[in-house]
Amino acid sequence: MPEIRNMTVNFGPQHPAAHGVLRLVLEMDGEVIVRADPHIGLLHRGTEKLAESKPFNQSIGYLDRTDYISMMCNEHAYVLAIEKLLGIAPPKRAQYIRVMFAEITRILNHAFWLAAHALDCGAMTVFLYAFREREDLLDCYEAVSGTRMHATYFRPGGVYRDLPERMPQYQASRWLSEKDAAARNADRQGSLLDFIEAFTQRFPAYIDEYETLLTDNRIWKQRTVGIGVVSPERAIALGFTGCMLRGSGVEWDLRKKQPYEVYPELDFDIPVGKEGDCYDRYLVHIEELRQSNRIIKQCVDWLRANPGPVMIDDHKFSPPQREKMKGDMESLIHHFKLFTEGYCVPEGEVYVPIEHPKGEFGVYLISDGANKPYRIKIRSSAFTHLSGINDLVEGHMLADVVAVLSTLDIVFGEVDR
Amino acid sequence: MNQTNEHLLERLRERFNGLLIEARLNTGQITLELLPENLIEVCRALRDEPEFNFAQLSDVCGVDYMHYGQADWETRDTTSTGFSRGVDQGVYAKTVRSFPARFASVYHLLSLAHNCRLRVRCFLPSDPPQVSSVTDLWPSANWFEREAFDLFGILFEGHPDLRRILTDYGFIGHPFRKDFPLEGNVEVRYDPDQKRVIYQPVTIENRVLGPRVIRDA
Repeated sequence: MPEIRNMTVNFGPQHPAAHGVLRLVLEMDGEVIVRADPHIGLLHRGTEKLAESKPFNQSIGYLDRTDYISMMCNEHAYVLAIEKLLGIAPPKRAQYIRVMFAEITRILNHAFWLAAHALDCGAMTVFLYAFREREDLLDCYEAVSGTRMHATYFRPGGVYRDLPERMPQYQASRWLSEKDAAARNADRQGSLLDFIEAFTQRFPAYIDEYETLLTDNRIWKQRTVGIGVVSPERAIALGFTGCMLRGSGVEWDLRKKQPYEVYPELDFDIPVGKEGDCYDRYLVHIEELRQSNRIIKQCVDWLRANPGPVMIDDHKFSPPQREKMKGDMESLIHHFKLFTEGYCVPEGEVYVPIEHPKGEFGVYLISDGANKPYRIKIRSSAFTHLSGINDLVEGHMLADVVAVLSTLDIVFGEVDR
Repeated sequence: MNQTNEHLLERLRERFNGLLIEARLNTGQITLELLPENLIEVCRALRDEPEFNFAQLSDVCGVDYMHYGQADWETRDTTSTGFSRGVDQGVYAKTVRSFPARFASVYHLLSLAHNCRLRVRCFLPSDPPQVSSVTDLWPSANWFEREAFDLFGILFEGHPDLRRILTDYGFIGHPFRKDFPLEGNVEVRYDPDQKRVIYQPVTIENRVLGPRVIRDA
């Protein structure tokens, strides 16, 4: 009788389906997974420690880089935590802008998730379709903050600036003909809100296109139905949140259950799955795209009707206007103080969770009364989801690992922080 | 939610009378402080008793209270040229709050049934800091405890697989401790002579652009 041993396979860290830098050590019995042991930390940058060495406002940019697919949502949790300790509330218009951009970010994230998930399972086309929409939304990011990804747009006390009245336009060049430029600029004639509204009108038809490609696709179903099943009880015990929990049929969405900002005033539904497999999670993501689109539409209508300030009128937290600084000593002092020393946050601790596109994203902030945080703990959903991967892939085939890995919606900036 | 939190706090005080060092409501959130030896007993009750039903463990993290409440006064240490605060520490020196121990482990619990959250904190007076693992109660604690072990050196007794998780293979030290330098101790580079990647002491120096200041608002 020859001795039979399980084989160990290294999946990653340089594998296109590993979603970044994941080293997954798989113990295989033939082609069946016996045990999966993820080795993470290859992207660990010590975000939390870096944040301890800088004034509060200067760390907003680090939060962008935790989950670099849903930038503004990360900022959102951090900014809310600071505001809670300071005891300040942003103006209503700022809250609507934040919620609108949080939902734009949700679409960005889900579109990316869908694209990568489909690509991992062998459907190339969806990737191209989803990135077409991401392009428009990243332009919204750019219009409002000047950058396409790491926006640093949300600030304690509001947002950096109001929505622009003009949308940047394409210019004809050697590589872009007059005709093409005009076609691309068709939606960009008005303000940012006009551009976003036009997007919300186009977008449902785009979601239908994704669904045409996938929902009834035989190969897609073979790859996802019954794969990576997790029961509601197990999902809760493993700390799953977001779509991973809703896919298993647990109706749990912090936007409804523990609402923050203006979510109670908005009308939207929470989709839930039934089986808890990859296919149900796909359906939940698709429906969330539609619901986010609904929320954005409502925000656009509100923002059109209600102009007003977007930043709290307290120069301890927000910089004074440039013009005022030229003539007013006090404004100059405020500006100097804010950008050199920052503001001191009262002693205390707070845990603020938000419904991030990937699940519950929480910031646990301890302040000892200084101008720098004493300790920040970023609770990321992808970290917990990845820790449960052994439960999901045990007994599956090697090829299914890829499907499960992409259904988890992990981004390594967030897992490793 | 605040109304229910006050009620919950009352109930927690009654139920765990004698087991809690402190239970308080701060910015609308409940914090329980426990001795490490009571952690498992309390947590099991919090998870299993229907009136609490904290089925999910959202987060576990370590905290190092070594420099709590300390501002930068010794200017020579923070920059190469130094900067002046214009005053001596003298009367501005605040009495620093003292804690039962340097390290603490903090747990965030979530009850989906009752829609409430709870924070549990254990100060760990032993050296090295040590506490029982809650992986048997909530499997999600597994990686969180590994992370706290890696970054703070907190030992979780009864953890099935207490390995480092975020730092490099063979890393020495616990980087999130307050006495661990921000720039680290070693750096890696490719050495063309040895034709391999080598470790060497760090060549960069940390530069603090703005001091840590504590002011009474």
